[in-house]
Amino acid sequence: MSALLEVRALSKRFGGLLANQEISFAISASEIVGLIGPNGAGKTTLFNCIAGFYPPSEGRVFLDGAEVTGASPEKMARLGVGRTFQLVRTFATMTALENVTVATLIRDKRLPTARRRASAALEFCGLSARAAVPAGGLTVAEQRRLEVARALGLEPRLLLLDEVMAGLNPAEVQEAAALVQKIRARGIACLIVEHVMEGIMPIANRVIVLDYGRKITEGAPDQVRRDPAVIAAYLGEA
Amino acid sequence: MNRGVKLALLLVLFASACLAPILVTNPARQNFLILAIMSAQLGVAWNILGGYAGQVSFGHAAFFGVGAYTSSLMLIRFGASPWLGMVAGGAAATAFAVLVGWPCFRLRGHYFAIATIAVAEILQVVFTNWRAVGGAVGLTLPIEQEGLKALVFNTSKLPYYYIALGLLVASLLASWLIKESFLGHYFRAIKDEPEAARSVGISLTGYKLVAIAISSFLTAAGGTLYAQKELFIDPASVMATSLSVKIALVSILGGVGSLLGPVLGAAILTGIEEATRQIFGGTGRGTDLILYGLMIIVVAVYYPDGIVGGILSLRERRFFRRPSPGANA
Repeated sequence: MSALLEVRALSKRFGGLLANQEISFAISASEIVGLIGPNGAGKTTLFNCIAGFYPPSEGRVFLDGAEVTGASPEKMARLGVGRTFQLVRTFATMTALENVTVATLIRDKRLPTARRRASAALEFCGLSARAAVPAGGLTVAEQRRLEVARALGLEPRLLLLDEVMAGLNPAEVQEAAALVQKIRARGIACLIVEHVMEGIMPIANRVIVLDYGRKITEGAPDQVRRDPAVIAAYLGEA
Repeated sequence: MNRGVKLALLLVLFASACLAPILVTNPARQNFLILAIMSAQLGVAWNILGGYAGQVSFGHAAFFGVGAYTSSLMLIRFGASPWLGMVAGGAAATAFAVLVGWPCFRLRGHYFAIATIAVAEILQVVFTNWRAVGGAVGLTLPIEQEGLKALVFNTSKLPYYYIALGLLVASLLASWLIKESFLGHYFRAIKDEPEAARSVGISLTGYKLVAIAISSFLTAAGGTLYAQKELFIDPASVMATSLSVKIALVSILGGVGSLLGPVLGAAILTGIEEATRQIFGGTGRGTDLILYGLMIIVVAVYYPDGIVGGILSLRERRFFRRPSPGANA
């Protein structure tokens, strides 16, 4: 098994609602994969199933060939899966540096070491100048980057980024896209839920499209863009 | 404030705390000082769970009571030293805290707080009806032996003051060590955003149990000291809900999550308690409770970070004005 992450026939049910239906795909190391689809397509649910926040109703999840279906979020973090949240969830009363330090403590419980690693992650995300500011006082764009820095603090193999470009202006979208490419260059795979097409399409190696909880297609960005099923999902059938 | 100034201030505070009972010779006033220090110690202990980790408990009297009962029973039944009893009481309270914490920590916010009230109430009812531990009559501790070893002082209450102060300093030290270690970071992360804390590998239940274990141990130690000072305990005095509320309020009023907030809160609350007792006497029983209630409302509405938090935010506002949200958007 060469895939870093493999999802096999994953389904998630909330009562009578089928949020994810038999979704299968794989991600290799150093790959940027976009996960797109209309609102309510089940993208965030899929994220939560992979990151351990929801147990899948059916199907299996493998990380580096080892089964991790239903593992807790804490365990997934320790196994090297970092994530950000659709609605920012920074530790508001803690400074930017402390936010990331909480993550880097996962490898070493000594604060000086953890702080040093956290500074490096902040620097990587271009937040060094804001290190001493409480997260609650940062702009939305900064808070999204802080979440990325925090996830990077885990020294992950895979990053799950949930709409990191939402609510950003065009210049900030470019910055975010460049940051994701820098992350890939470090050998970290990224699965990105995104609505901002001009942000994700140029950098993604592959795109997976969900609609009504099902995977409707998967392929290179250019190929997906022309797919009639994708166009129908977004614009409705003619 | 830089580190040097802070340290100097702490030393001055400690020195005046050491000298206070020597300058105040009136036994009633001395008793007031002892009570204030004991309340402060309980507030500091509560703050580790309720302030740092954000798990508000209104049942800390249960741990206080377990500490008081464990050492007293060991002393009465086996003649064990109260110092040994203090450690044993702490261990018993910790075991009890972990046992009830396990299910209760599945509840969030207000629901957790309500569960802690229920646990403390149940324990009080059990002890009131349990004849082997004295039931509603309570336990009277032996006073024949006096001195530091027996932890009984009849001629002067002053030694209790210094023992309480020692316990307070030990609790503050534990609190400070937590704040300056990875635990402090984890507790604050759990308080701020539990889901995000999980996403960076923090087990919520695991670390909340660590917080309640430390907090309950220190609270129980305070319970033993109380038993040795009063030489009489019963469920109504060491397991009462009003005591739980007071322990929480000491910290909430002074400032949750700050190191010295509970000390300030204790000074104010004990002052009110003594003042109402002197003004209203026996007929005014419960007046202090009415005032506690009022203060909870005022603090919750106007100063959610307590007095220390209020002062700090005033300073912050004056020195660096934060850009209004949206200014950079």
